[in-house]
Amino acid sequence: MRTTDLIRFARGAATGNPLRTTLLVLAMAIGVAAVVVLTALGDGARRYVLNEFSSIGSNLVIVLPGRSQTGGFNPGNAVTSTPRDLTIDDAQALLRASAVYRAAPLAVGTSEISAGGKLREVTVAGTTAEFIEVRRLALAQGRFLPSGDWRRGASEAVIGAKIRDEMFGRGPALGQVVRVGDRRFRVVGILAASGQGLGMNTDELVIVPVALAQAMFNSNTLFRILVEATSREAIEPAKAQVTEILRLRHEGELDVTIITQDAVLATFDRLLGTMTLAVAGIAAISLAVAGILVMNVMLVSVAQRTAEIGLLKALGATGVTIGKAFLTEAAMLSVAGAVLGFALGHAGAAIIRQLYPAYPAFPPGWAVLAGLGTALLTGILFGVLPARQAARLDPVQALAKR
Amino acid sequence: MNSELIELAGIERVFRLGDSEVHALRRLDVSIGAGEYVAVMGPSGSGKSTLLNLLGLLDRPDGGVYRLAGRDVTTLSAEEQARVRSEQIGFVFQSFHLVPRLSAAENIALPMILAGIAPAQRAERVARALCDYGLENRADHRPDQLSGGQRQRVAIARATIMRPAVILADEPTGNLDRATGEEVMRLLEELNGRGVTLIVVTHDGGLGARAPRQLLMEDGTLRHDRRRLAEEAADPCARPT
Ligand SMILES: Nc1ncnc2c1ncn2[C@@H]1O[C@H](COP(=O)(O)OP(=O)(O)O)[C@@H](O)[C@H]1O
Ligand SMILES: [Mg+2]
Repeated sequence: MRTTDLIRFARGAATGNPLRTTLLVLAMAIGVAAVVVLTALGDGARRYVLNEFSSIGSNLVIVLPGRSQTGGFNPGNAVTSTPRDLTIDDAQALLRASAVYRAAPLAVGTSEISAGGKLREVTVAGTTAEFIEVRRLALAQGRFLPSGDWRRGASEAVIGAKIRDEMFGRGPALGQVVRVGDRRFRVVGILAASGQGLGMNTDELVIVPVALAQAMFNSNTLFRILVEATSREAIEPAKAQVTEILRLRHEGELDVTIITQDAVLATFDRLLGTMTLAVAGIAAISLAVAGILVMNVMLVSVAQRTAEIGLLKALGATGVTIGKAFLTEAAMLSVAGAVLGFALGHAGAAIIRQLYPAYPAFPPGWAVLAGLGTALLTGILFGVLPARQAARLDPVQALAKR
Repeated sequence: MNSELIELAGIERVFRLGDSEVHALRRLDVSIGAGEYVAVMGPSGSGKSTLLNLLGLLDRPDGGVYRLAGRDVTTLSAEEQARVRSEQIGFVFQSFHLVPRLSAAENIALPMILAGIAPAQRAERVARALCDYGLENRADHRPDQLSGGQRQRVAIARATIMRPAVILADEPTGNLDRATGEEVMRLLEELNGRGVTLIVVTHDGGLGARAPRQLLMEDGTLRHDRRRLAEEAADPCARPT
């Protein structure tokens, strides 16, 4: 049989039974699409969290006031009950540790910002010059807070991109004076727009010297101390040293929680990696169900077409020719289903990305390949095996089957 | 070398159903020459279809030797047998056995498609066959849009399209009314007139009597092998062998 005839014959057989063809292609497509979308969701969640954490900075050791019960990462109860303040002096003391490269104190509160008659609520972050390095922030314009004595500070502020847009529009912002709470600050820098950030959106932030922020909020305690270790390997030593210094400073009691970004990251990575696998497992089940459906439809179809196979043999077709005809048909259906599923799955992932732009819902390559491979393999296998079985019958036996 | 086209020697066919055995054919010896017109007759269950299926290589005997054009075809591989079916044998079935999704023209072309014949040559032969069997206006009709007689004409066109040496027809008129059956028999006899060996199974004595040679089957054996020598001259379809 010629190749073009083989294709035309297979296409005729496929379109000659539209219900079966639709069922097969749909089953296959849904299976593949499920794999693509579900793994895109799972892996997207993993990537989202990893992105967020790495955008905070690297080699970070974070000190929170208050002792969390479990010792794990639980910011919810970590900020409650603070027996002893976490102070600027505490932060400064950490600089003595050999494994500590930099540290930045962070005091946070909400206030109002006003300029040129415009007023809005704003998150105020009190910190020091080191903050921009530790948090890996970028400036769009101007400079960051000047380094100097942490317990003083000039009335200068660095504002986020969105604050700048809302307060000053298209006009110049650098050098302008803004009122935050009951104090006046001169704008010396504007942060580059970042759009995302775990917990704190830097686009809507006003950064002022930590001493002024504490005065503004009338509090001596810090929200966090961000500590940058000298290297990745120094993270654990830094954590130990920070723990020791703070214990000494707090009369032998460790009333702070110290977490490392690495540990959090590793936990999330493991957790979400497992989740992706679990989701892939669910998708694999849907693919297996599709495969079983394909197998059944193919078995029934070949049983129905055993007489046709007998006729083809009576008309001079060899077993090889019949095998090829069914292989072509099964391959056509499988490829159609797989391609449709691939397109549907990617469309689904694209819709998710459209709806949640911050969420990188891209299916991992291994999952897509595995999904396509499984679909093609089951489709072709289940299409060809029963046909080969039928083709091995003597023509008269096959013809007699109705 | 023997000049007979078909030689059966000691052919056995036994069907096993559980413990019981049905001897559909018992030690059958028959020879049929090229260009003969043979009617196979006998009561139902006497083994006529079994014989025809063996002749058409649709079935394998349990014993004996079948020579087609001097060649032992019982020992051929399945693929070689398929070739013999493709090139030498045309089959016409009682229930037509057309492929429902294919048009009349496509059904007729099917053996050539399976044999890998070039499309141009196919189109030419199919067009001629459609003409020969009065199906010019039915070329694109599917079997369910055709009458019984038209379907059997499509089936005969399909059986002859590869220009086989033998046409085997198993009760070709069994599903047709009298007049249409006559018409189909006339077409088959015309083929025989052009030199094709024709073997027709029928249990209709009238139709069987039209053949110059009748094989009368009974219980898997050959009861009579009758040649109608006297009327031969009067019948324009019959040729001396
Ligand atoms: N596939 C089969 N399995 C079992 N027995 C069969 C089969 N085919 C035919 N037979 C038996 O073989 C005998 C001859 O059958 P067949 O050749 O079809 O008879 P006829 O065509 O003369 O009516 C019958 O007894 C029939 O029951
Ligand atoms: Mg019969």
